Amino acid sequence: MYRYDEYDQAIVDARVAEFNDQVARRLAGELTEDQFKPLRLMNGLYLQLHAYMLRVAVPYGTLSAPQVRMLARIARDYDRGYGHFTTRQNIQFNWIKLEDTPAILELLASVEMHAIQTSGNCIRNISSDQFAGAAADELADPRPYAELLRQWSTFHPEFTWLPRKFKIAVIASDTDRAAMRLHDIGLKLVRNDAGELGFEVYVGGGQGRTPMVAPLIRDFVPVSRYVSYLEACLRVYNRYGRRDNLYKARIKILVHEIGADKYRAEVEEEFAGLKGLDLDPPAAELERIQAMFAPPAFETGLADAVDRSDPDFALWVDQQTHPHRAPGYAVVTVSLKPVEGIPGDASADQIDLLADLAERHSFGELRVTHAQNVVLPHVRKADLHAVWQALDAAGLATANLDLIGDIIACPGLDYCSLANARSIPLAQRIAERFADAERQRDIGELKLKISGCINACGHHHAGHIGILGVDRKGEENYQLSFGGSGAEDASLARIVGPGFSEEGVVDAVETALETYRRLREPGERFLDTYRRVGLDPFKAAIYA
Amino acid sequence: MKVLTGNDLRTGAVIWWTGTDWSPHVEEADEVGPDPAAVIAREEAARRVMAAYLIDAERTADGVRPKHIKDRIRAAGPTVRADLAVGRLDPADRAWVI
Repeated sequence: MYRYDEYDQAIVDARVAEFNDQVARRLAGELTEDQFKPLRLMNGLYLQLHAYMLRVAVPYGTLSAPQVRMLARIARDYDRGYGHFTTRQNIQFNWIKLEDTPAILELLASVEMHAIQTSGNCIRNISSDQFAGAAADELADPRPYAELLRQWSTFHPEFTWLPRKFKIAVIASDTDRAAMRLHDIGLKLVRNDAGELGFEVYVGGGQGRTPMVAPLIRDFVPVSRYVSYLEACLRVYNRYGRRDNLYKARIKILVHEIGADKYRAEVEEEFAGLKGLDLDPPAAELERIQAMFAPPAFETGLADAVDRSDPDFALWVDQQTHPHRAPGYAVVTVSLKPVEGIPGDASADQIDLLADLAERHSFGELRVTHAQNVVLPHVRKADLHAVWQALDAAGLATANLDLIGDIIACPGLDYCSLANARSIPLAQRIAERFADAERQRDIGELKLKISGCINACGHHHAGHIGILGVDRKGEENYQLSFGGSGAEDASLARIVGPGFSEEGVVDAVETALETYRRLREPGERFLDTYRRVGLDPFKAAIYA
Repeated sequence: MKVLTGNDLRTGAVIWWTGTDWSPHVEEADEVGPDPAAVIAREEAARRVMAAYLIDAERTADGVRPKHIKDRIRAAGPTVRADLAVGRLDPADRAWVI
């Protein structure tokens, strides 16, 4: 894992001291709320429905066990005993007091964490593949490249006041586990015909009120120049992105309005102009970072077999583990989606347990997924049963990864001041309706995603089934959409028809899935059947 | 009736204007009177509240109830965590919220 050097630590410590002073001035009345609001937002402190909310950055979703323990401590000592893992691989605390915030940021800084780049019109926390460094199918670990971008983007003076927020994802596999093409910039590590490493660069994706799948802007930029290429991408956006209309300010609107070809030409011109400026970090810096992401000391000669005599354990292994690059190891995804739970929520005790398990069984590492689950990336297969037992005792052994119970849901109107409808209760109703494990497995891979407003934090545009909560004359109403994907086959979901009540949308989902079961061909997921037969048969069944 | 609500500056807690002070209990909210803007300006300047705004509410036998669902959830706490219900509200009796 990356460890702060003296510059990283000094930057974060200085920011904590600065915010400490700003909070004191606010509490003393020397700053008005209008003056203070942008300052607190630059430190991840929002005002939500019930209280202040602190969003803590988890760069590329990677956490160490001591960091996770600190998150549990903050949940226990400063919040109400739990934290919420978000759809951008971060964690947020819902009940933070302003007067406690400087102390919390100090604690975070003590474990090389902060809440910078989790709000505001800057380059936000970089996201990545939660299986990075562990996946059997990756070209190389994408995290050193993401870390270099973190260093480049943090407090970048040119990009602190962009037209709008800016999100970057970096992956290194053909399988996209990070919704890369639904980011402002998506980077995919590839190798060219000469065997050199570089990036495919996708620009102008995003969700929100105007969802777009990012077009490919450059099919290869060598790793030695990807930072300056991104500099060029951002400069063009900073120059031409709209600042007059909040709803048209994201880079996706710029790329869409001028067209990918024109945008590409502008970037190429800017990129050429940057060539002599030596903006790219020296190779030694990337190598320094890469050395910190060296694979842990995997044991060799381990058995690959797993004792599957316990059927519940075997089911969990089948659903929650993925192939690892090292023989005898597995990647474990811990579901934070128990049937009656809140997607992404974990208690302080559960968070502590995750830290313990990481320390004992995963070289001290954890990952956060954009689907609001947590990953133990390097678990010996021989330890899987012990891990499962510990998780089960803590209510964390639900076996529903990528099934209908693995619902992404934003906090919705239960917590969020922007929301129009509640997301969590709907997720719970759907999870209850489909609680039967056998039924879930029969339905197969099903990405169901719920947002409580058009801002789409619940990724409903990318759901095989997406649900958007709206306010219809003061009543919660839910729009259903089908056909989205945030994976390598990225697509945007299409609205099915008129909206439903909460109960009605659960029934509509069930009708859609019964229709799918009737129409599916062998091996087809819901998404495949929908793409093959189109919306009409589903619509006819739902609105019959 | 028109009621004022906002958040406590130090803690962020949801609070309601009682006519003389701020309370975390929506039941204690009262009609704000003819000049809500003046109350907001005075109270925010005194740092007793932040992000204050005016809402529609009605007085029922059980107490003041905000009209909009968002404000009812603010008054009662998250509908999905009965253990986090606000103050005197009975976690088992939240039917009025939704």
